[in-house]
Amino acid sequence: MLEIRGLVKAFGGVHAVDGLDMTVQRGEIHALIGPNGSGKTTTLNVISGIYKADGGSIGFERQELLGLPAHAITKGGVARTFQNIRLFAGLSVLENVMIGRHTRTTTNFLTALFPGGATAREELATRTRAHELLDFVGLPDVAAVQAKSLPYGDQRRVEIARALATEPRLLLLDEPAAGMNPSETDDLIGLLERIRASGITLLLIEHDMNLVMTVSDRITVLNFGTHIAAGSPPEIRRNKDVIAAYLGGSADAA
Amino acid sequence: MMSRHMLLAIAVFIGAAFLPLVFRGNDYILNLCVVAGVYAIVVMGLGILLGWAGQMSLAQAAFLGIGAYTSAFFTTHLNWNFWEALPAAVLMSALVGFGVGYPCLRLSGHYLALATIGFGIITQLVLINWTAVTNGSDGMTGIPAPPPWGPISFEGYGTYFYIVLVFVGLSAYVAARLKSSRVGRAMHAIRENELAASAMGIDTTRYKMLAFVLAGAYAGLAGSLLAHSIKFISPDSYSFDQSVVFLVMLILGGSGSIGGAILGAALLTFLPEVLRPLKNSYIMVYGAAVVAMIIFMPQGLAGIIARLARQNSGGAGPRAQTASVPQSAAEGA
Repeated sequence: MLEIRGLVKAFGGVHAVDGLDMTVQRGEIHALIGPNGSGKTTTLNVISGIYKADGGSIGFERQELLGLPAHAITKGGVARTFQNIRLFAGLSVLENVMIGRHTRTTTNFLTALFPGGATAREELATRTRAHELLDFVGLPDVAAVQAKSLPYGDQRRVEIARALATEPRLLLLDEPAAGMNPSETDDLIGLLERIRASGITLLLIEHDMNLVMTVSDRITVLNFGTHIAAGSPPEIRRNKDVIAAYLGGSADAA
Repeated sequence: MMSRHMLLAIAVFIGAAFLPLVFRGNDYILNLCVVAGVYAIVVMGLGILLGWAGQMSLAQAAFLGIGAYTSAFFTTHLNWNFWEALPAAVLMSALVGFGVGYPCLRLSGHYLALATIGFGIITQLVLINWTAVTNGSDGMTGIPAPPPWGPISFEGYGTYFYIVLVFVGLSAYVAARLKSSRVGRAMHAIRENELAASAMGIDTTRYKMLAFVLAGAYAGLAGSLLAHSIKFISPDSYSFDQSVVFLVMLILGGSGSIGGAILGAALLTFLPEVLRPLKNSYIMVYGAAVVAMIIFMPQGLAGIIARLARQNSGGAGPRAQTASVPQSAAEGA
């Protein structure tokens, strides 16, 4: 479903991503792991169109994502959440999720002016869908609350609901468990599995190895901007290069 | 909730419709009522640009001037009537809004503010020096009133006020419809977090441009209404200072709120007149009053009213407007 080939992204002289190859299969939960600074978030930012790549290709369902603006990529079926939460802080939780419906709705400057009719139906459908998604992520009671007043873990779930509102086929999650306590993380694992069960493919960056090893079907490991291993959780656990990257030293020494 | 706002709005407009009867023959006050209505339209436009989309502009007076001069030019040089010149003024200001917004898209925060100040000053210089069209610093005179409707003449402020009032209502209606729609939400998303907005599939360029165009169109409409009311226009009315006044009106009223924009415009139109007996020290009192209001009412007048409404209805009232002055959207990724 997602085919990354020879991806390069440089900041000045630093190659944050340097010839990355990776493949995400339809229907899987795929984790992207690696030490700090290995290029994980940069990779996600390039896939979602926030950064422009310096080389390579990203194929998503036979369309090339490189060169598309971020909003077009979202419309094309790839949604994301952010490592440092980027909710629309001053708006209500419901409005946040409703904004996620943007690309799947059509009311424009002119049709918005007329009450009733198609505009009212679409508005109602948007509202209803947003409520459903808040139920889905386990936040049925906070629709009217200002987004910034929610606890951290709940804000992450609103971000997921907002991303789901765009009807993605591929969902990118940047450290969804960061700042969550163990019980919240358990809930998150359940949520991720329910998202996958609804037919959405997930690519996630995560430092919580317990979560990664529990939910992932396959894992790609990055170091210095390129992949050093890919495989199932047990394979990754045994991989010498991975152990070396995380514990330091050469593969032989490990 | 919407219907409650609607009822309040309708009540206010019906109340405003009695002003020309109450102040019949008092041209001084009726003129101020017209000006307040005109400024309300300008400030609503600025509210869309700054309060919703988070794009700072200190050129709103320049757009008002473009509307006023367009309307004056078409009526005095080409003999169009008011109803033909008004759409031309709206269109012209909207087009210039597009032209100014486009190169400014990459700017935000202080840089955008500076660029719009530059545009405002350029506009004023053009109005002063393009004498063939604008008659230079002497200004344009002989701008006709709208043609009479049967026995109703629009020469006086009393009747003209109703034209202004209808357009204030129309402008408020358009803004209210947009605000609670997909379009308004997209703009609010850009104000709150531009990067996240684009990640939600919002074409941020398109909606920022739409905000610039709408702000221009509102100011153009107001400019035309102003020109045919006072029948004389000159470049010094469309200065940077006036743009700052519009900004203060918006923030004082409550920058995300439509009712707040109208209230702020009306208050700051009448306040200097009320303070006029203070003569030279009036500007000090005026300044102090504005600063005090902004300090003690950070959400503006709209925030205060929303809070009072909430207290009266035991906490079930509408949520407070939370739009304060937007932060720069230029955060790193």
